[in-house]
Amino acid sequence: MGRKLLLDKAHIENIRLYDVYRREGGYRSVEKALKTMSPDAVTEEVKKSGLRGRGGAGFPTGMKWSFLAKPEGVPRYLVVNADESEPGTFKDRYLMEFIPHLLIEGMITSSYALGSNRAYIYIRGEYAWIVDILEQAIQEAKNNGFLGKNILGSGFDCEIYVQRGAGAYICGEETALLESLEGKRGNPRIKPPFPAVKGLWDCPTVVNNVETIAAVVPIINEGGEEYAKIGIGKSTGTKLISACGNIKKQGVYEIDMTISVEEFIYSDEYCGGIANGRKLKACIPGGSSVPILPANLLLTTAKGEKRMMTYESLADGGFATGSMMGSGGFIVLDDTQCVVKHTYTLARFYRHESCGQCSPCREGTGWMEKILLNIENGKGKMSDIDLLWDIQRKIEGNTICPLGDAAAWPVAAAIRHFRDEFEWHITNADEAQRRNYGLMHYADPIHIPTTA
Amino acid sequence: MADEVKKEPPANFKVTIDNITIEVAPGTSILTAARQIGGDVTPPAMCFYSKLKGSGGKCRTCLVEVAAGSTADPRPMPKLVASCRTNVMDGMIVKNITSERVQDARAGVVEFLLLNHPLDCPICDQAGECHLQDLGYEHGKEGTRYEFKRRTFEKEDIGPYIQLHMTRCILCYRCTYVADQLTDNRVHGILERGDHAEISTYISKAIDNDFSGNMIDVCPVGALTDKTFRFKNRVWFTKPVDAHRDCENEKCCGKVTLWQRGDDVLRVTSRKDEWGEVQSYDGKPGWICNTCRFDKKKANDWVIEGPTSISRHSVISQGHYVGLQKPKETIAEVMGGREPKLLMDIHSISDVNSVEIASLPGPATSKTFEKSE
Repeated sequence: MGRKLLLDKAHIENIRLYDVYRREGGYRSVEKALKTMSPDAVTEEVKKSGLRGRGGAGFPTGMKWSFLAKPEGVPRYLVVNADESEPGTFKDRYLMEFIPHLLIEGMITSSYALGSNRAYIYIRGEYAWIVDILEQAIQEAKNNGFLGKNILGSGFDCEIYVQRGAGAYICGEETALLESLEGKRGNPRIKPPFPAVKGLWDCPTVVNNVETIAAVVPIINEGGEEYAKIGIGKSTGTKLISACGNIKKQGVYEIDMTISVEEFIYSDEYCGGIANGRKLKACIPGGSSVPILPANLLLTTAKGEKRMMTYESLADGGFATGSMMGSGGFIVLDDTQCVVKHTYTLARFYRHESCGQCSPCREGTGWMEKILLNIENGKGKMSDIDLLWDIQRKIEGNTICPLGDAAAWPVAAAIRHFRDEFEWHITNADEAQRRNYGLMHYADPIHIPTTA
Repeated sequence: MADEVKKEPPANFKVTIDNITIEVAPGTSILTAARQIGGDVTPPAMCFYSKLKGSGGKCRTCLVEVAAGSTADPRPMPKLVASCRTNVMDGMIVKNITSERVQDARAGVVEFLLLNHPLDCPICDQAGECHLQDLGYEHGKEGTRYEFKRRTFEKEDIGPYIQLHMTRCILCYRCTYVADQLTDNRVHGILERGDHAEISTYISKAIDNDFSGNMIDVCPVGALTDKTFRFKNRVWFTKPVDAHRDCENEKCCGKVTLWQRGDDVLRVTSRKDEWGEVQSYDGKPGWICNTCRFDKKKANDWVIEGPTSISRHSVISQGHYVGLQKPKETIAEVMGGREPKLLMDIHSISDVNSVEIASLPGPATSKTFEKSE
């Protein structure tokens, strides 16, 4: 049984309400931080914890906080990125819906560390009902003196505002989020300058994921060093994984990063194995934009080691044989799934969500979608596969924001690992319309070269 | 503390672009530095416009490789960077045409830009002065690998002077910056997103502003064209001359290029520099007002300064109008001073030559020449 730090109380009835949350030990971290610690000490504690950003990139949070420019007389802002739009990722929704005070508490503590008197929650427009939950939680916190002027007599003021997005995946990119928050079109900004120097209204800003900010609460409560003891290596603490697809038990799981991927999929504590007695074919371990892996490479790395649910192990082997932890959207595909169709679905998503600002992403995503649709419909040509490879290569790294990469990686990984399925789709076009390629060799043990 | 110890920063930064070293002021972008060197070293730019704040970074044609960040930190930058929005550092080493990665990426970008662009150059008014044509000519391939229907848009009326042809647009955003920075009542911007994003106005409102015509000048392609010039002539058949007038509008610089056919003024534009941007006078961009651009279509509205110098690489220079001498009328000389006797004065019979093409609101059709009784 893994340690739970974020969701351990989520099942308690009415934990959504302040009184219950407070009774269960809520807002202790605010009291501890504001009464006994200096802002820098809070940042130091987060640094010690080794907490890494939970939004996808996995950048160390403490380091990000210490990069924040602190010029005199200029306000600083904390912005919480709740624009969780990655297909397959729904962990923040769970957290905000069931235990909203954890986020509010984390935001107050983090704001104190950053010296931010105004914090924003930018939430995706589709989470309309959660806005009400959050605003109620903010009101309750305010009524009980945890928000507003002079919190707990410490002289620290803090206000939290919730802003709804209007339904754009791109607004989850931090600079597009800031543009949108300022009331403009959600186009990503060109970096540098980074938000830590020039963010919201040209002021220094920290943008963090919901889960990252929530994780500050146990870090302050237990101490950074205690938090860092959980997990393996640089993957410290617990991570929320939203598991979906062809597994028996879909849902949000909190894992301490010590378990293997195999255990996560097959143990009854977590996903409970593949549904309907089918076999595991492929998996996207970190949300739709990270590379897809076939079953054999998912469970063991190219070196033959067991793949663990950690940032390092999931990325082991680079993009050639590895993937990424990403935002923790764990999508499992069984042997009835078609990788071509799946890749097409993702390409369609990225085409729809590209902001259209820079040309490789705007034009390339649409082109890839059309080619993939042709292959899926049995109208593909052999040369299309290499063409797809060339298009994704020319998008990747040449765009303003990571959406270009996010659109290119799934296509690249699908071709890299499932090229024969694509070829089968083209050579057996008629048959491909009637049945799927199936599992084939994707779960076979991989050949591991022995070194002397 | 480190700041106190540090000496005065060097007045100029040394930057090496394709093995050519140049000294530029701090805060200069790589592209601007490359433009100071000039020639092949300068990356092409479709969206960057030095006179429009915030422009650039979008088209990705100006991507370059930074082989060394600076003397202090000589690490190379992992990704190609947009040279228009990346400032030089002292000791920076940039590779443009000497980098295969850049050439490869740029070819990709050109292919992307041309993917949905209608190749309707034969009927496009921008042809001959189109930056996308130049870019395709220099960096593009002969064929396309795109086998699908190109994206099209419904035509939209945005007012009496400017024709929006969204299908040709490459979404450089320059015109939106003009709307933001030059005109005081912004009604136009970008709708939708991704490959279905389009330039549009607020609920099909007409763009009505004294300086809106500058959108036509900044548009790198034929998406925004001058309605008073549409289909009247190919630009390479017209003769550009520099001219000026005292404009009542104090924000207007009054310095323009007239595009003439004979003595008719077919089109008025602002003057362009060698990068295709509006020329600056005393550090101020020479934007012109709509009165100068659309209403002053008579040669005697203007003080003509002389022929515009056009790069010899441009198709417009094929007219060889500079230094051209018209043949003299020699009949009178040959005939000892006597005028020739005309059998019939065609001008008194036909109305064709009495039609002033330049003052027509649109293209001339056969109806234009019908005799009006």
